[in-house]
Amino acid sequence: MMRFLLPLVAFLVLVVFLLIGLGLNPRQVPSPLIGKPAPDFQLQRLHEPGKTLTSKENLGKVWLLNVWASWCVSCREEHPLLVELARSGIVPVYGLNYKDERDLALQWLKQFGDPYTVSIRDPEGRTGIDYGVYGVPETYVIDKNGVIRYKQIGPVTVEALETKILPLVKELQG
Amino acid sequence: MSFFSLRKFTFLLLLMLVLPSSWSWAREAAPVAEDPEIERRMIELSEDLRCLVCQNESLAGSRADFANDLRREIREQMKDNKSDKEIVDFLVARYGDFVLYRPPVKSTTVLLWFGPFIFLAVGAVFLVFYLKRRRRRIEEPALSEKQRQQAEALLKESKGNNA
Repeated sequence: MMRFLLPLVAFLVLVVFLLIGLGLNPRQVPSPLIGKPAPDFQLQRLHEPGKTLTSKENLGKVWLLNVWASWCVSCREEHPLLVELARSGIVPVYGLNYKDERDLALQWLKQFGDPYTVSIRDPEGRTGIDYGVYGVPETYVIDKNGVIRYKQIGPVTVEALETKILPLVKELQG
Repeated sequence: MSFFSLRKFTFLLLLMLVLPSSWSWAREAAPVAEDPEIERRMIELSEDLRCLVCQNESLAGSRADFANDLRREIREQMKDNKSDKEIVDFLVARYGDFVLYRPPVKSTTVLLWFGPFIFLAVGAVFLVFYLKRRRRRIEEPALSEKQRQQAEALLKESKGNNA
C-alpha cells in the first residue's frame, strides 16, 4: 500500500505547487521602491516645453504617476479608466510620457482624452530607470511625504482601482 | 540596342544589385562603441543581469529596448569610473534582486539556494534505507532445508543423465 501511496502523495504535492505557479504572474516583479521616497526628477512639461515639473512640487498631496507612451497598446486599454478617475477629482493623475515623440504624444492625448493634471516627458527613459519602469503602463501611488506606496505594473484595471488603488488613496488622504 | 549599350546596361544592373549590399556591410562594420574596454566590461557585467522584459535573457543578450537602455546606463556609469558593485547596487535599488541571475543569500532566498541540497540529502537517506532493506531480503536464506535436498537430488539426476 505504502509503495503506491508515497509516490501519489509526492505527485499531488508537486501538482499543487505547479498549480500555484500557474496562478502567479512572472511579469509582476515586486518593486523594491515601495516604501521608499519617490526618486527626484525635474522634467520638461509636455504641453508647455518651456516649463518643467519637479517631484518636490507634489509634496503635501497624494498623487498618481502614470507612465505611458503613444506606442504602448495596453495604455489604450487603461486610458478610459484614468479619464474617468481624473473627472471624479478623487486624486490627481500625473502623466510620465515615457520614451515617446512629443507630437505623437500630444496627438494621442487629443484622440483619447487627457486625464493628466500635468504631463511630463522622459524621452530617453532615464527617469523611467530611476523609477524601475520595465513595462509600460505602470502607475505609482505616492503619498503626502513623497513616498511610493503602491505600484501597478501593467494596465490599471477596474478591479485594481476598486480593491487597491482607491482604498489606499482614501487611507493616505485621511 | 547596340552591343555597347547592352553591356553598359548589364553593368548598371549588376551595380544596382551589388551596391545596396555593400552599403549594409559598411554599416555593420561600424564600431559598436568608442571604448572597447568599457564595452567588454559592460558585456561581462550584463551577462549576469536579467532583462526584465524578456526574463530568460540576460541584459547582454537581449534586444529589447529596455535592455538597450540599461546597457547604455551601465556604459555611462562605467565611463564615470563607477565600480561593478556600485552599478549592480544601482540596478538592484531600482529593480530588486530579480535583476540578478545570482541572487544574494538571505532569508527569502535560502530555499532557492539550499533547496536542491535538501532534496539531495532526502533522496540519499531514502536510497540508503532502500538498499539496506534490499540487502536484508537477499541475505535471508533463499531455500529451506527441504528445498535444498530437492535441488540436490535434481542436480544429481541431471549429472547422471549427462554421464
